[in-house]
Amino acid sequence: MSTNLTLIIVAGVLVGSGVTLILERSLTRILVGFVLAGNGLNTMFLVAAGASGRAPILGQGDGPMSDPLPQAMVLTAIVITLGTTAFGLALAYRSWQLTGTDDVQDDLEDDLIRRRALHDDVSSTYEDQDATQLPDEEGFDEGGFDDGRVRDTPAEEDA
Amino acid sequence: MTFFDQLVLFPVILPLLGAGLCLALGQSAVAQRTISIVVLLAVVATSVVLLYRADTYGPQVLNVGGWPAEIGISLVADRLSALLLITSTFVTLCVLLYSVGQGIVEFGRETPLSVFFPTFLVLSAGVSCAFLAGDLFNLFVGFEVLLAASFVLITLGGTHARVRSGTIYIIVALASSALFLLALASVYAATGTVNLAQLAQRMPQLPTETATVLQLLLLVTFGVKAAVFPLSAWLPDSYPTAPAPVTAVFAGLLTKVGIYAMIRTNSLVFPAHEIRSLLLWASILTMIIGIMGAIAQSDIKRILSFTLVSHIGYMLFGIALNSQLGFSGAIFYTIHHITVQTTLFLIAGLIEYRAGTTNLDRVGGLARRTPILAVLFFVPAMNLAGIPPFSGFIGKLALLEGGVAAGDWLALLGVAAGVVTSLLTLYAMAKVWSRAFWQPFGEYESDDISDDETQLVVGGSLHGASGVSTSTKKESNWDQLAEEQRLPMRMALPTLLLASATVALTVFAGPLIALTDRAAAEITDPNRYVHAVLCNPRNWDESEAILPRSKETVHFCEQFEGVAK
Repeated sequence: MSTNLTLIIVAGVLVGSGVTLILERSLTRILVGFVLAGNGLNTMFLVAAGASGRAPILGQGDGPMSDPLPQAMVLTAIVITLGTTAFGLALAYRSWQLTGTDDVQDDLEDDLIRRRALHDDVSSTYEDQDATQLPDEEGFDEGGFDDGRVRDTPAEEDA
Repeated sequence: MTFFDQLVLFPVILPLLGAGLCLALGQSAVAQRTISIVVLLAVVATSVVLLYRADTYGPQVLNVGGWPAEIGISLVADRLSALLLITSTFVTLCVLLYSVGQGIVEFGRETPLSVFFPTFLVLSAGVSCAFLAGDLFNLFVGFEVLLAASFVLITLGGTHARVRSGTIYIIVALASSALFLLALASVYAATGTVNLAQLAQRMPQLPTETATVLQLLLLVTFGVKAAVFPLSAWLPDSYPTAPAPVTAVFAGLLTKVGIYAMIRTNSLVFPAHEIRSLLLWASILTMIIGIMGAIAQSDIKRILSFTLVSHIGYMLFGIALNSQLGFSGAIFYTIHHITVQTTLFLIAGLIEYRAGTTNLDRVGGLARRTPILAVLFFVPAMNLAGIPPFSGFIGKLALLEGGVAAGDWLALLGVAAGVVTSLLTLYAMAKVWSRAFWQPFGEYESDDISDDETQLVVGGSLHGASGVSTSTKKESNWDQLAEEQRLPMRMALPTLLLASATVALTVFAGPLIALTDRAAAEITDPNRYVHAVLCNPRNWDESEAILPRSKETVHFCEQFEGVAK
């Protein structure tokens, strides 16, 4: 069986651009990425269908017909992508209503660890590596610690 | 075609019809409740009949629309499918009763969420469709149906916390669906079919490398759905924010559908197993790392989410062993885990209702205030940890026996990991028990961080509007709350029903193990499944056939029937 190189390249480009967009932070872009990747994967089904032929209707015309099964699957996949994309867009809109942005937010646990680092007693590793060795906006600040606590964020102090 | 042949269709079509009716009758809460309960009762009854017939007469097959299995859609109920179908629909029914109770308790007679019951029924239809699917593409459709429903349920009410966790959940789900599509296209390109029975025939003819790549693609897809370790990070972050009944049904069913898909493909399509050690390592890491996460948490719902991930490792261990003992243990453990994990999440919902939060730093003294709740929690918690004589112990014992029987060092390492995980589960459950139930209320340290955490995590009410402020508001009313000694019976009774089901699994473990042994014997000998799907004369009328049967199929059928005689 010979395969159609154009279809494979199209699928590769679509999936590649889709994945690039999925790695973005904004939900809208991620959804566009999934639509592109989905179309690329649908093209893969056409590759899987093998050689092209006449319309797959029994008793009409001569010659080999194209494989109808992947086409049926692609149709189903398109409908599913449509539905989930619509829901995703609604979600992005709701997120924009609530927070003014549709960025995907941090994992709760990561968020908590970061805030703990800002507010609470910092762990020794944090003190050694982050605060004393690395400069913040005001450069190296000695004595920025008060009884082992990080003082308020510089931004607040400026204000 | 008799009535009984059509029965396989019911678990899929009835909930969908019910969902349509519910949407049409969106104005009447009573009608919605009645329809949902009646539909799920009917599906439970159907599944019982299906299991009886599958156990007595062999796999029940229906070719939807009369198209032959090779090009059409076939629904197959063998022992494995029917067993999981009964468990899942029964659990769904209990959770539905619980949410009906919660709706009535929270909102009085009026329910503001006309979308809840229809979506719940669609979810149930998707799960049934995945369990009954006779081809990979229909499995994909089943997954998508249940995922679409779960998107709606996990963002119910559209609060800030739920939109945040729902976004992550949806992105992960979409990514795994895209991977599934890729796997489907590759399988079709390699074999020219997506029918599981035909795949069972054709996969051994492929070069080993190709078959292994296809198996890995499918395993990664199912691994994301089942939350196997390197692919499990999404689960503990997204589940706890949803309403209690939604979390409960997700925890019970959605990951197990992924496990089912692994059992099915690994036993039927890829019996010659090239990646045993990879799967064993994944199962060991899932168990250990999952339970470590549970120990580090201080919120009941998050602890339960991590134990869920951890115990997926047990089922994966059984699958990885790829022996009849392993599969039997995995099936039994799946049934046990669906019921127990769902019960525990429902109880977490009750704790949230009584105490206003599930944060262990802010809950206390529940054993004295609501002794019934304490007993309700204690039994499934010990069951989850695997204390004899409960079904958790029996299931773990079956899996560990399978591991010892396999005998090589990696399987023995898995056995050791299983024992350690069981102990650590006991530790995590004991932590919840001593802090939420035994520790006198008020002995917690207040700090700003955990305040913020509570506010982000809490959100158990059905419509979610009160989610963010629940913890602080209820806390100030603690004295008043303490006076309400009684649990709301409408919510407690379904939980009690489910908890008694977990005990019943223990009492009837003998017959159940015999049944899972038969199911495992059936799936480790794929020829019977293939014969039922491809050769069944009731599903195949040669005179009316549009396409002739392939030579390959005819040859197989003649050979199989020759052997049978």
